[in-house]
Amino acid sequence: MTKKGPRYYLYHILVGGFAILLLYPVIWLFVSSFKESGDIFVTAGSLIPDPFTLLNYTQGWEGFGGYGFGTFIKNTIVFVIWMLAGHLISCSLIAFGFARLKFAGRGFWFMIMLVTLMLPYEVVMIPQYIIFSELGWLNSLKPLVVPAFFGHPFFIFLLVQFIRTIPRELDEAATIDGANTFQIFYKVILPLIVPALATTAIFTFYWTWDNLLGPVLYLNSPEKYTVSMALNMFLSNETVSNWGAMFAMSIVTLVPVFVIFFIFQRYVVEGISTTGLKG
Amino acid sequence: MNARVRSNLWGYFFIGPFIIGFLAFTIVPMLASLYFSFTSYGLFDSPKWIGFENYIKMFTEDPRYIQSLKVTFIYVLGGVPLRLAFALLVAMLLNAGSRAVGWYRTLYYLPSLIGGSVAVAIMWRNIFGDDGIVNLALESVGLDAIRWFGEPTAALWMLIFLSIWQFGSSMLIFLAGLKSIPASFYEAASVDGANFIQKFFRITLPMLSPVLLFNIIMQTISAFMTFVPAFIISKGTGGPLDGTLLYSLYLFKQGFEYFNMGYASAMAWVMLLIVAALTGIIFWTSKYWVHYESEGK
Repeated sequence: MTKKGPRYYLYHILVGGFAILLLYPVIWLFVSSFKESGDIFVTAGSLIPDPFTLLNYTQGWEGFGGYGFGTFIKNTIVFVIWMLAGHLISCSLIAFGFARLKFAGRGFWFMIMLVTLMLPYEVVMIPQYIIFSELGWLNSLKPLVVPAFFGHPFFIFLLVQFIRTIPRELDEAATIDGANTFQIFYKVILPLIVPALATTAIFTFYWTWDNLLGPVLYLNSPEKYTVSMALNMFLSNETVSNWGAMFAMSIVTLVPVFVIFFIFQRYVVEGISTTGLKG
Repeated sequence: MNARVRSNLWGYFFIGPFIIGFLAFTIVPMLASLYFSFTSYGLFDSPKWIGFENYIKMFTEDPRYIQSLKVTFIYVLGGVPLRLAFALLVAMLLNAGSRAVGWYRTLYYLPSLIGGSVAVAIMWRNIFGDDGIVNLALESVGLDAIRWFGEPTAALWMLIFLSIWQFGSSMLIFLAGLKSIPASFYEAASVDGANFIQKFFRITLPMLSPVLLFNIIMQTISAFMTFVPAFIISKGTGGPLDGTLLYSLYLFKQGFEYFNMGYASAMAWVMLLIVAALTGIIFWTSKYWVHYESEGK
């Protein structure tokens, strides 16, 4: 592209303008959260909150059923931490096994793993629910986080691809130095796959933070609700049409998502371009 | 212990968690759901074998099931091509090589990043409200406002628009694919006097076809399983008049609202077969349009 010619400006007007159009709904949500509840739809066309109010945030933060929004955020953070621990530990072990070790049946299990990538959750949802209910795990995080400790096909695949780019000579050198297989994993490979683990961690965070179906199935007392469930409750309780509070808390739940995205933008964007993670 | 046994033991030590998880959380539940699909099972009673009755009922006595199939096919066939077309268009714009592309890439990906969240579904519900900004915009250009929640087709399109809005991940994959096409191909074509359209159909599209195949498969499968937006936007009803009763939502309602676990399991198996068939068809057609460089054409 020729620099600073008319085409240059046309390009930026077109591409930039389209970006603003796409982000308009989010900007609108953000601005509306500072409008008085009654005004939101009266002044839907305006992006300036007049009068400007923080009341929506204080009201929304009070939550419902005697539980403040802080409780829901805390629950979600605990959920995220368990999921992170589960995925990072299990997926790195499993990926190392697939990418580096020779054993009978490796090809078979790798194929099985790729097939499970395409398996609709709905097929296992009901029996899983029954199993967890028999175990007495309902209304706890266990049904949601325990499976995470047994790997996730998407992340295993991502890590396998990443490990394959690491020269095998490193493993051989470590073997000569007397390292056993676990030490090769722990001391050689693990430090080198940190970028891919970062992608795994970021996407685990997003999917857990946003997850609604799992918590809706398994959590049923408000003190255990996650943020996405709490928002959903706001919507169902909307008898008082307190849009403002709902918008304000929607923004609150989006803040961590945005912050992490802007900090780790590179990992997120590259993680998708190279592996095709859904989003 | 000989080396072979030892390396097998190490292998299974590392992938062991996957195998255990696969057996416990995938294979056993799959077999169980296959069994339940042939039973009448209400969660509080024990499963009673009824043969193919659930499957027969689905297609002959349950108009809501047919409706959910119809709605889902419109959602997938309407949404996925539009989403991918947008994604490709934007990826090509961003491949033009400006320094600001990094920023645009980030901005365009944002809607997809937050797309699956409840907050966004709530937002979407409101911008399409009777006095929301979409209607405001329609009126300002002289069109009639649409009652997005009053009319089943309009409500379904509102969901499709949401899925199109989240074209970011496909766009990033396309962008990576576009970057891998050597510039020399385009230069050679220019020398031969090819115009933009010819370059697109003769170079870009064939070179991108493996990536396109990947995107089509992933997007079709995930569109077929969409749950959260339909659940939030219709407040769990699938309304108006079952206009947004996507397959997953209806399955969820059968299982966890009406407690027809047997019926819901049968639905899940039909879903599995449909997803497998769709993937199979896409793969089968792909040999006619996917171009792999290694074939050396």
